[in-house]
Amino acid sequence: MLHFLRRRLTVAILVALTVLTLSFLLTRLSGDLAISIAGPNASQEDIELIRSAYGLDRPLWVQYFDWLWRALQGDFGDSYFFKTRVARLIMERMPITMTLGLCGLLIALCVALPLGILAAVRENTWVDRSVLMVALIGQAMPSFWLGLILMVVLGLNLGWLPISGTGSWQHFVMPSIVLSFSAIPSLMRLTRSGMIEALASDYIRTARAKGLSRLSILVKHGFRNAAIPVVAIAAVQLGFMLGGSIVIETVFALHGVGYLAWESISKNDFPVVQAVVLVLALIYIGLTLLSDLLNAVLDPRLRSA
Amino acid sequence: MSTVLQPAGAGNRRRIWRNAGTILGAGIVGFITFVAIFAPWLAPYDPFTIDLGRRVVPPMWMEGGTPANILGTDQLGRDYLSRLIYGARVSMIIGVATIITSGIIGTFLGVMGGFYGGRIDDAVMFAITARLSIPVVLVALAVAGLLGTSFTLVILVLGLLLWDRFAVVARSTTMQIRNLDYVAAARCAGCSPMIVLLKEVLPNIATHLAVVATLEMALAILLEAALSFLGLGVPPPLPSWGLMISEAKEYMFFSPWVIMIPGLALFVLVLGVNLLGDALRDMLGTDLSR
Repeated sequence: MLHFLRRRLTVAILVALTVLTLSFLLTRLSGDLAISIAGPNASQEDIELIRSAYGLDRPLWVQYFDWLWRALQGDFGDSYFFKTRVARLIMERMPITMTLGLCGLLIALCVALPLGILAAVRENTWVDRSVLMVALIGQAMPSFWLGLILMVVLGLNLGWLPISGTGSWQHFVMPSIVLSFSAIPSLMRLTRSGMIEALASDYIRTARAKGLSRLSILVKHGFRNAAIPVVAIAAVQLGFMLGGSIVIETVFALHGVGYLAWESISKNDFPVVQAVVLVLALIYIGLTLLSDLLNAVLDPRLRSA
Repeated sequence: MSTVLQPAGAGNRRRIWRNAGTILGAGIVGFITFVAIFAPWLAPYDPFTIDLGRRVVPPMWMEGGTPANILGTDQLGRDYLSRLIYGARVSMIIGVATIITSGIIGTFLGVMGGFYGGRIDDAVMFAITARLSIPVVLVALAVAGLLGTSFTLVILVLGLLLWDRFAVVARSTTMQIRNLDYVAAARCAGCSPMIVLLKEVLPNIATHLAVVATLEMALAILLEAALSFLGLGVPPPLPSWGLMISEAKEYMFFSPWVIMIPGLALFVLVLGVNLLGDALRDMLGTDLSR
């Protein structure tokens, strides 16, 4: 178990360092950062001024290590546009994105688990096929389009929910529903296939032979085993959802980290973009690590892997 | 696999359903491919011609619509049907070009890792893990924001980002067949590793990769639409379906059809590609859905 832990942790740290490097290189893609910051109408002197003010006249590797050292201490520099610390900006916006992600995941689990189990129990009937159909539809639905449709129907026509903004808990309902759509299909398929496999196994036959009740077999013996991969994937899905929430936050003008990133991209505010990419990637790495650990705790067979 | 007795006919019914899905998927993808290829002959008007006198005309079956513009016109008076038809081109080209790019990268990495194992495999696994931790939409947007939007950039960015599943599947399938007799036989016969990989390994994992290709194509089409919707994908005036939705957004509360039409097209295409992928997967009899 300790060996397993150490191995996973090492990989996670190496991946984190790679992502740090990549997000540094990302902003250098355009060639000369100073020109991009200065904008199209800047004179040569302005560009020189910016270059020395932001330390862009130093060799690339000096800039890199300087940036890396600061980033490791949680210092992502100042935002060019908001004129505040990037770290503070992200801390302010993070709770909104986290709330959105967790609500989305919760909705996804509430839909995917019962439907997945139902489909497995009624394998190859119309119930099963309807559930698979739901998964297919969820997979094909463009999230931003679904968001707009909900805005028109729930926001305008029925007037149940606010159309966009960040003010109250009602503002989170539609974005969470839309976000949950991205996780439902895979969670549902996984629950279904896990349950089918579990229900066909020997220990279920034994449980049946012992004369246990149907519900007890389903929940205690079937679902417990089918849930292991689902729990692990749910953690990973949360990471994906946080990364994908940029589209949804922008559609609904929900002022989370994703919206911040989108704003910053259109304003050439590179330190913010860089930091958001980094923070989301680090959260994802943390969540996959958590998922591996959960897997190992829940399923002792995997610990030696 | 299942030992539970099934009622007679269940297998049959299952086959019929699957066939229905396959036919639907193939029909959709075939039709949209046809439309994309023959767009210049099918479109009634030029998709770029602006007519400010006839803006946001509703489709012909709605009040105020005319048979001259079957699906109405957009906010600049351009014929909606023509733009929709040319939009099929954008989606299809980006979908196909992306999976070619990402397929080559992912397959190469996966086959190398799966075939050689050891250190090389560790490196490949590491690359996959690192790639997965990068938020795709965000990075694609950031790159477009830095370098400016263009058609080729979308393909390049998506192609360079979406290779992970190709690599995962290529790796695991290569591992499965690496030690099979025919691969060993080819090795014993003195074939170079290059020949073994190209002639023995690749053809035998190709079908699995085809399944991945459909999944990735669906994803690429959706991502292109999302990027274009956010204004950082395909630049206007190109008629991308995502861009059409974005441009129509201001009018959606008064005339919801402006977002319904391109959105529905997008939904149907992605559904078709996914159905085709499921059909392929069933033909293989393996479950790659993880």
